[in-house]
Amino acid sequence: MMKKKHWQRRHLVETFMTTIMRVSLIIVAGALGLILWTILVRGLPALTWDMISQSPKGGFYMGKEGGVLNAIIGSAYLAVGGTLLAIIFSLPIALYLKAYLGDSKWGEYVRLSLDVLWGIPSIVYGAFGFTLMIAIGMRASLLAGIIVLALVELPIMARAMDEVIRRMPVDQEHAALALGSTKLEVALRVVVRQMLPGIVTAVLLAFGRGIGDAASVLFTAGYTDRVVTSLMRPTASLPLAVFFQLGSPYPEVQQRGYASALILTIIVLAVSLGSRWLSSRLNKYTVK
Amino acid sequence: MSETLSLKTKNQTEGRVIRPSTLARARQDRTAKNVFFIVTLLPVILIAIITIALFLRALPILKAYPLTDLLFGEVWKPSTGLFGFKPFIIGTIWVTAVGVLFAVPPCLLVSIYLAEYAHARTRSAAKPILDLLAAIPPVVYGVWGLLAIVPFVDEVLAPLSDRWLGSVSIFSVNQPTGFGILAAGLVLAVMIAPLIISVVYEVFATVPNDLRNASLAVGATKWQTIRNIVLPQVLPGIIAAVVLAASRAFGETIAVLIVVGNVTQIPTSIFDSAYPLPALIANNYGDMMSIPLYDAALLGAALVLLVVILIFNILSTIILQRVKRRAWA
Repeated sequence: MMKKKHWQRRHLVETFMTTIMRVSLIIVAGALGLILWTILVRGLPALTWDMISQSPKGGFYMGKEGGVLNAIIGSAYLAVGGTLLAIIFSLPIALYLKAYLGDSKWGEYVRLSLDVLWGIPSIVYGAFGFTLMIAIGMRASLLAGIIVLALVELPIMARAMDEVIRRMPVDQEHAALALGSTKLEVALRVVVRQMLPGIVTAVLLAFGRGIGDAASVLFTAGYTDRVVTSLMRPTASLPLAVFFQLGSPYPEVQQRGYASALILTIIVLAVSLGSRWLSSRLNKYTVK
Repeated sequence: MSETLSLKTKNQTEGRVIRPSTLARARQDRTAKNVFFIVTLLPVILIAIITIALFLRALPILKAYPLTDLLFGEVWKPSTGLFGFKPFIIGTIWVTAVGVLFAVPPCLLVSIYLAEYAHARTRSAAKPILDLLAAIPPVVYGVWGLLAIVPFVDEVLAPLSDRWLGSVSIFSVNQPTGFGILAAGLVLAVMIAPLIISVVYEVFATVPNDLRNASLAVGATKWQTIRNIVLPQVLPGIIAAVVLAASRAFGETIAVLIVVGNVTQIPTSIFDSAYPLPALIANNYGDMMSIPLYDAALLGAALVLLVVILIFNILSTIILQRVKRRAWA
């Protein structure tokens, strides 16, 4: 009898734990659904074609006509520029980690510092970028925004690339080395090609992070109602457009803020889902 | 590689023909190695550069006032030369603590479920959900907080708390607007959830199956195995994951700024408004030039933020690297 009771209690606990685990999973998944639903329901009514196709006309922030085209284009420039700049630095770092450092002590140091850089909040990058700009006498501009975004994206991208490249089996690499390739040739022609799906995912991950980041471009990229035409001019960005519209006392402008948030969400989700799709497509061409 | 190649080209004793292109390739390889090395050094020194730059720019205020006055001063009136960070520091701690407290229990359960119980199909369905949660930009979290969480706190949680917990000071409702620590904490909890879940999941994956099987073989239930065998092994990793998430919450700017209320005061209840450090920097950077020492004070705030986060991050990252590398005898 005693034994049976004990058995029952154990299994009651087991059932209880699995149940609250499932409930937690539903809560987390539900939170995503709730966020998307809220943004969609509140953003959609204010979303018009003018929002996407026009720059703000005079008095945009007083509820007059116009849209956020300046911010959409500005964000695209910022994120593309930042991502390209980050690739230039991330790819060599990931390849160097793979080819020369591996799991050695130095490799650990580099990975540790990348992880630590990843953890630095973007507002600190923004403040740092601003002090640099003051030091060299530069004003808020597209270029400054791109540089700071590259700093924000660099650790994300380099670390994500490192994780995929690291998992590559060594056989192909050894085969190429045995045929007389240099390490550089192996890195560029074997590793990069073979790991292309993962590298693309890493790049798009960083791009998505870059396009949504507001705090780092707050003082560095500035803001303007016009579509940016020069690297040295300030530019609007979508996250900041959302932020400024929310701060408006006019309900109509706040509505546009929700619509801008919807545009931003759609872009980011498209990038995120697109990278998933792209990497599975590219995967077909790698040697297994 | 390159060294051996160049050596052989110097003394071609074996009568081998070495094509000029081989030399060029070896040279190219060497140059690339050096360039890559310099680029790789960049992240290592970048942390130091950022810290030093912020320190130098914060130096004027550090010289003008003793550090204890800055960190523990309660009055923030830059126009009269009073720069007390205490309300902002306390506000940041409150918001972070509430966010972490809400996030950790469900996230631990989810990661245990995904690591130990879930079907492969559930696991692969959960991955995109977590990826999307991580991909949503902070400002969108802020909008969501404004539209959903703030009214929820205002209309549901505040009256409930007023009725049942009103006598406990940290649950008392003094400023019934919905904007405040609780709203910010709830938003932060969702923001840091994907980070906690993915890190804890990875930590669970480091425990070899033999340990679990041994426990299951002597008749333990799955939960008993996890509770008594797996959890003690991964506890340092879990703590590190929580600290990492706390540091992420500590530095989050825009999402918190939108829902926290931004009132310079020392909060006493989770329904109070607060003014965390990142929000202070973001809100005031534009118009700081006219007041003496104001910019130094704000960069000092950024420095405080950075130092706390560096400490949190370095500690937890080292622990996590150790956990993942641990040799299982």
